[in-house]
Amino acid sequence: MSSNTLALEATSISKTFGNVKANDQINLEIKKGRIHALLGENGAGKSTLVNILFGLYKADSGTVKVNGEVVDLGRPKDAIDQGIGMVHQHFQLVPVLTVAENIVLGKEPANRANVIDIEEAKKKVKELAENYQLDVDTEATVEDLPVGTQQRVEILRSLYRKADILILDEPTAVLTPQETDHLLQVLKNLASQGVAIIFITHKLREVLEVADEVTVMRNGQVVGSTTPSETDESGLAEMMVGRSVVLRVAKEESSPGETILKVNNLCVHDDRDLLAVNDLSLEVKSGEILGIAGVEGNGQRELVETITGLRNAKTGEILISDTSIIEFSPRQISELGVAHIPEDREKHGLIGAHSVADNLILNRYYKTPFSNKGIRQQKAIANYATEMVEKFDIRTPDIDTPSSSLSGGNKQKAIAAREFSHDAKLLVASQPTRGIDVGSIEFVHQQLIQQRDQGLAVLLVSAELDEILSLSDRIAVIYRGRLIVTENSAELDRNRIGRIMTTGSDST
Amino acid sequence: MSNFRLFIMPILAVALAIATGAIIIALSGSSPVDAYKALIDGSLSDSRSIGRTLEKATPLVMGGLAVAFAFKAGLFNIGGQGQLVFGALIAGAVGYGITGLPWIIHTPLALLAGALAGAIWGAIPGILKSTRGAHEVITTIMLNFVALNMTDWLASKVWREEGVIVRTPHIEESAEIPRWGEIPTGFLLAVVIAFVCWYLLRSTTFGFEIKSVGLNPNAARYAGISVKKIVIMTMAISGLLAALGGAIETQGVVGRYEPGFNAGLGFEGITIALLARTHPLAVIPAAILIGAMEAGGSMMQFKADVSPEITDIIQALILIFVATPIIVRWFLSQKEANELSVSTTWGSS
Ligand SMILES: Nc1ncnc2c1ncn2[C@@H]1O[C@H](COP(=O)(O)OP(=O)(O)OP(=O)(O)O)[C@@H](O)[C@H]1O
Ligand SMILES: [Mg+2]
Repeated sequence: MSSNTLALEATSISKTFGNVKANDQINLEIKKGRIHALLGENGAGKSTLVNILFGLYKADSGTVKVNGEVVDLGRPKDAIDQGIGMVHQHFQLVPVLTVAENIVLGKEPANRANVIDIEEAKKKVKELAENYQLDVDTEATVEDLPVGTQQRVEILRSLYRKADILILDEPTAVLTPQETDHLLQVLKNLASQGVAIIFITHKLREVLEVADEVTVMRNGQVVGSTTPSETDESGLAEMMVGRSVVLRVAKEESSPGETILKVNNLCVHDDRDLLAVNDLSLEVKSGEILGIAGVEGNGQRELVETITGLRNAKTGEILISDTSIIEFSPRQISELGVAHIPEDREKHGLIGAHSVADNLILNRYYKTPFSNKGIRQQKAIANYATEMVEKFDIRTPDIDTPSSSLSGGNKQKAIAAREFSHDAKLLVASQPTRGIDVGSIEFVHQQLIQQRDQGLAVLLVSAELDEILSLSDRIAVIYRGRLIVTENSAELDRNRIGRIMTTGSDST
Repeated sequence: MSNFRLFIMPILAVALAIATGAIIIALSGSSPVDAYKALIDGSLSDSRSIGRTLEKATPLVMGGLAVAFAFKAGLFNIGGQGQLVFGALIAGAVGYGITGLPWIIHTPLALLAGALAGAIWGAIPGILKSTRGAHEVITTIMLNFVALNMTDWLASKVWREEGVIVRTPHIEESAEIPRWGEIPTGFLLAVVIAFVCWYLLRSTTFGFEIKSVGLNPNAARYAGISVKKIVIMTMAISGLLAALGGAIETQGVVGRYEPGFNAGLGFEGITIALLARTHPLAVIPAAILIGAMEAGGSMMQFKADVSPEITDIIQALILIFVATPIIVRWFLSQKEANELSVSTTWGSS
């Protein structure tokens, strides 16, 4: 292919953090109008690479060419000037401003008196949205919008700044399946209009669906490239991990024991004080996995937070092994043997400035052997952390590294490691495999099944229907805070669940 | 930021402030060399002046610790002044009001009473924050005014010494903190307390909880830490530290409580904590530095005819340079400047 169709060309990019070679002589060619998927294990260096391309990190060595010319990407502003846009996982939007205001922010159209011309802004944004078939309500306030729409606003923001190279780092990790489908369609449209797209994901299905080309990274190096027509999911998985991966974990029939968690007629309000969980009842027995399927935002978060003591119930009852925990603090509930993988790893799951070791004991730092008469036992902490890092294959330079510098998936693995080692009788797992690579998903799933077999009761909340289907013994479908059906997973197929999730009704 | 940078930045800030101060002195028509010589003369030249420097530094160590400690839990205690005057007054009251005790009991008793008063005074904004969500910056500032007026009233109406001057009677000898040669024992006490704070934050589970709350209160709550309890306890300890500075001042230096004697001391804690990047041990040299300027200021006027306010200007400059690290970084190196973003945090350890 001739060089003038290359939108971006990166040559021998290297970047070291301390003693970690995050990027090691990376070469990457991005073509105009193509979707280029970047795949790789957690910590392979994908985010580092795109952060370099967007001017957020400075490469130690290597060159980047945009449209055939060598450019210096010292700051994000340089990248934006070169027509590179990036959609961050944590959106960079101002919640209280409208969609139109957010999009034009920093490059506002002004009238003669140098005042923002808001009508002009709205008009421009509307045109832009129509051009790229990205429907958004320009006058809506951003904080009221669902995540998927906010992401569209982010994309529009880049396009408004005339981006023709768009970088998306795990954009689908926070989306519902419907939103994901929509995004993939949007990406295809953009590509057909000539935008070059760099797309990072851990979901192989998405790669096969939209990518034109695929580059696979491992340990900071490019280990191969392919196209969807040449391979399939297991082929991609093998390229990433370097061994064959079981994409669907095998499990025996469950043998449920006594009831561990019992929720009776629970009502909970959300942050805006609206009813989020509505007269909900459920039961999880020892040795079984109850999966909650549902579109995000139907009360799952509030349900989980109430069970784990982070939120107060309005009415109703929660029992853990016959102890009512309605008035209990998070600590008291944890002491009863409840482990919790929270849905938001940055907000709840980790203390970024604390070391990996301290985060691995975050739920037990006050107990022996980690604390003795109120004094921290550094040696015991270090030994334990070293053991966990090894067992769960957490990729970190050492246990004293602040957890904020781990790659996204390794943060998730650290949380999973901590909660799996809690000696709990109930595990409340919210999106337990969000952002982790296929190899690690396999591992987490195996752990879940193994602990279930040893008698753990698991309440699994996941936006991944595949995950719910392959792990759950029973499935409950939640819609607007109510459980519509709860049945053995054998009785429920994908279509039926999908229908109930979106309509709230089981009738055909 | 690397350790080297953490260490070198405050030193550079001080150097820059001194250099800028020299320019100002020169502009005002005096010799900077003479002025700084006099400053050193008055603060570090012999054992007496060193003693004075340490004496001045003592409440500064405590005030700096108070601010630094609260900051570890993500709290800004601007109420050091109010807590300090309470500590100073109550220590003074116990120091003169109770008689007939041996010093081994009376001295610590007065110190403890002062400290306790400050802890209670400091806990109030903590409770207001935990139960009502009131921001501690607002409440501690307001409580400063309340404390000043309350202590004024107590000193002028309740515990007043007979005579024209508004002040409490001199404390009993049994409540006085003695000097150890030229070295004020109170300073040694402050140093010991700084080490205790350092150890507490570094090596205890309580310290871990405090830091966790400061770094990510959501995750701290998730981890089972009672954020409300930690906020109240941290504010109480912070108030205790500031008040202890006031109590030591009363029992070791002034001998009684006299309104206005401690004016501004509590606020300097903020400068010290910033300069020390909230590290409890770094508070000690930071306080000695500012203490030396205060001790040497009058000598500067006497010998070099530079008004002692120049030391205030230098202090203010230090504060500016420390609070806006970007200026110092510009001096340090321009190469890495774009990798470091302007941060609003003060320190990291
Ligand atoms: N700011 C940083 N400081 C120190 N180390 C870092 C930093 N950012 C990344 N690293 C390290 O560089 C390596 C690559 O990380 P990167 O975030 O690029 O991985 P990734 O491929 O995006 O992984 P994931 O799929 O989990 O998001 C990891 O080992 C990580 O610990
Ligand atoms: Mg990443």
